[in-house]
Order: sequence, then structure tokens, then C-alpha cells
Amino acid sequence: MNQPNDPGKRGWPLWEVFVRARRGLSHQHVGSLHAPDAAMALRNARDVYTRRGEGVSIWVVPSAAIVANSPDEKDQFFDPAQDKVYRHPTFYDVPEGAKHL
Amino acid sequence: MNPLAAYSLALGDDALVLAQRLGEWAARAPQIEEDLALANIALDLLGQARTLLAYAGEIEQAGRDEDDLAYLRDDREFRNVQLAEIPNGDFAVTMARQLVFSAYQYELYTALLTSADETLAGLAGKAVKEVAYHRDHATQWVLRLGDGTDLSHERMQAGLDQVWPYTEELFDRDGIVSQLPGIAADPATLRPAWEQYVTAVLREAACDQPAPRWRSRGGRDGLHTEHLGHLLAEMQHLHRSHPGAIW
Repeated sequence: MNQPNDPGKRGWPLWEVFVRARRGLSHQHVGSLHAPDAAMALRNARDVYTRRGEGVSIWVVPSAAIVANSPDEKDQFFDPAQDKVYRHPTFYDVPEGAKHL
Repeated sequence: MNPLAAYSLALGDDALVLAQRLGEWAARAPQIEEDLALANIALDLLGQARTLLAYAGEIEQAGRDEDDLAYLRDDREFRNVQLAEIPNGDFAVTMARQLVFSAYQYELYTALLTSADETLAGLAGKAVKEVAYHRDHATQWVLRLGDGTDLSHERMQAGLDQVWPYTEELFDRDGIVSQLPGIAADPATLRPAWEQYVTAVLREAACDQPAPRWRSRGGRDGLHTEHLGHLLAEMQHLHRSHPGAIW
């Protein structure tokens, strides 16, 4: 059986790309691309995702290295959080003049 | 033509013609990622060409702007080296040409950083960073194809063999350069660093440096391969059919 990142006979493996827009911000996932290896993935990411000055730092990660939850587990993963309003800090009185809340 | 205008035009023609060639890869590269990489490189070169052609027109003082120079000259009036105009061939040929040309341009712009001409020095400051990336891009591919599978090695070597007859011309003595001391970069002085870089890449890529039995010459004097006319026909026909057309 093919590994998720196995290019097989059809082409290059898939990589996820994370770009940091400015110093002080965190890297954000911007998309994915194909590349034969890590060094080329980094260069392809530079060409595909930072050509309009979008970033100062790039991470590439093999897509196969990402562990994702299964869509089948959606209910048990996320539904229980839907009706727990008390988890939102909405029951506090916000003092007058407190900004950025 | 004024020597400085002629020099600027020659360097601009190298960039313009190669940009047009690389543009032919759009939608035809092995992967969409590579499509974008080659288009980016082509656009970097086009930007350099615009600056150089506009500057040539300005110094020439004959009322020709960058568009006139790009679109209204015939092949015999182009001053690019023949390396820039040869057909793309397969991906390995294009990468071989990119390695040779970007390694040359890297040394050229590095030398022009200290040019007494402010426009050329300013362009070099911006372009040397672009070209450093072009050189790295080509290097990565030559290494991977040269030291890859038997088939990729064979085709990379064939690409190098096809391109090598055009390398010597890059370093030919140029009458214009000797008229611009302190301003232009003498091609011969660029050779040692170019040779060192390219030789190291070929060694690491397990490829042989070709020893061609013939060499091109004359691009700087307007002598070109039959391929340039076809390239210009495609590049110029819109402007010639619809003078002054804009987007």
C-alpha cells in the first residue's frame, strides 16, 4: 500500500507550506505544493507563495507528517463543545474602558 | 552608438531574449510549481531588460524608448550572446543554460556593483540578489538530474553538451567594454569565478564538463542563430501589428 506521502509513479510528494508574514507573527498555513525533496519544496514555496512579498520565513512539512482527525470522529470531537456556553468568558462584567477584549 | 548605450543595450538584450525563451515554458513545465519558478525568473530578467533598454535609449538620445528598442529592431540589431536565444530543448537543456548564464550574470552584476555608472551599479545591486536565486535554482536541478537516475544523468549530460559550445562567447573580448574603463565589467575577468562555480556544480552532479569541438561567436556584433528571428517574430508581432498597443 502507498504511504500518504509516497509519490508512487505519478509524480512528486505533497508538502504543506507555512509562511510568516512579518517578524513577531506566527507561521500560517498558506497551502500545499509538490516537490521532489525538502530543499526543492522550500524553493517552490518561495516561488509559489511569496512572490508578492508575503513572507519573511517559510516552513515546509511533508503532508504525510500531519496527523489529522478523521471526519468520522467529527461528532465526538466537536459536538460536545457546541453547547458549553459557560466555556466562553461571556459571564463576566467587562469594566468600562477596558479595551481589546 | 555611444559605448555606454551599446553596453547597456547588449546586457539588456541578453536579459530580454532569455526572458522570452523562459516564458515559453509557461504551462509546459514538468509541474505547476516549476512553471511559476521559471516565469518568476523570466520576469526578473524582463525587469532587468527594461531598466537596461530604457537607459540605452536615454543615453542614445535618438528618441527611442524601451519598447522601440525591444519591438522595432531586427535580429541583426540585437546584441545578445547566442546562448540566450538557443531553443529551450528539454528541461535539462534549459537547466544547463540557466546554470551557465546565471552563474555568468552573477559574476557580471557582482562586478558592476562598483561601476562608476550609478544606473548600472544601482541595477546590479537589485539584480544580483535575483540572479543569486536563479543560479541556486539551476544548481539544484543540475545536481538532482545529474546525480539522479541513469536516464536523468544521461539527459542532463546531453543538455550540458548541447549548451557548452555557447559558453565561450560569454567571455569574449568586447571592443565596447575597453572604451568604458571603471564602468563596464571586462568579460574575461568574470571567467575564473564562473569557472570555479560551474566546475564545482558539475563535479557534485557527477557530470563531465563538455569539451565541444566548435564554439559560437558574434552575438555582440549582431550575428545570430536562425532561432532568434523566430523568437523575435513571436515577441514583436503584436507591437508591430498594433503600434502602441497597451493592456
